[in-house]
Amino acid sequence: MNNENHNEHSSHPTNSAYLKIAAILAVITALEVAIFYVEGIPDLVFFTILIIMSVVKFAIVAMYYMHLKFDEAIFTWFFGGGLLLAGCVIIALMALFDQL
Amino acid sequence: MEHKEEHTTTTGIDNRKMMIWVFLGSECMFFGSLIATYLIYFGRSISGPGLEILDIPTTSVSTFVLLMSSFMMVMAYSSITKGDVRKFRVWIMCTAILGATFLGFQYYEFTEFAHHYHLTPQTNLFGTTFFTLTGFHGAHVTVGVIWLITLFGYSFYRKEDLIRDDALNVDFLALYWHFVDVVWIVIFTVVYLIGVRAAGVG
Repeated sequence: MNNENHNEHSSHPTNSAYLKIAAILAVITALEVAIFYVEGIPDLVFFTILIIMSVVKFAIVAMYYMHLKFDEAIFTWFFGGGLLLAGCVIIALMALFDQL
Repeated sequence: MEHKEEHTTTTGIDNRKMMIWVFLGSECMFFGSLIATYLIYFGRSISGPGLEILDIPTTSVSTFVLLMSSFMMVMAYSSITKGDVRKFRVWIMCTAILGATFLGFQYYEFTEFAHHYHLTPQTNLFGTTFFTLTGFHGAHVTVGVIWLITLFGYSFYRKEDLIRDDALNVDFLALYWHFVDVVWIVIFTVVYLIGVRAAGVG
């Protein structure tokens, strides 16, 4: 393998960092499920907490495992653009069917 | 020996890597429309079983399995970028096994719904939207598992091809696999946890 390739990957997380990220993802998932079984939490609070946790997990995987944090910014634009359009599609369709 | 072929665009970025990100962006819209359809028809079934049949404990385990498969995948990618093909084979096979395990959970869930609760895509709106959304995700996981096994076999046949071009062939698979994982993160939260709670059946 050439030096150029090594340099390109030098900014990627180390294996121990990947393991820590996996542990964080596992803990967040466990918390999500635990909160599901906690009674007495108002629905709005429950939904907000779960959505935030889901977004955090999504962002962690995208940034560190998919390397968006370290790769070219244009990839973030491609993926972020798709996500933005997907969000718009969801909101537009739900509004169209009076579900908002 | 120099194997590298020119695939760069005017941006200086490999056009194949650009393509995979554009593809993943379009996949966001694909799953976005399926999730939107699920949400639109949420609670509109007039007969048949609904969200009360969803098994949160079992799905939580399968979610954990898929999350850990992402860790295995990134370790496989890390190994191949260091030129360690032996470790790459171990990690990628672990990823495939966890992916297949997730599919096993999904098969169990689908057959349980069909045989025990008589829920099929034709039963009601919940069945239609649920099976379409999770079924398409399962189809993506299936493609990923086949791709993983193919690359595992390829590592014995042409291992130098995996290392060349900055391990781009493995990078594509890794990106696809992580995408499948993040889609499930959304589905698990929206359909299972929030869905069951919103329906008041949890």
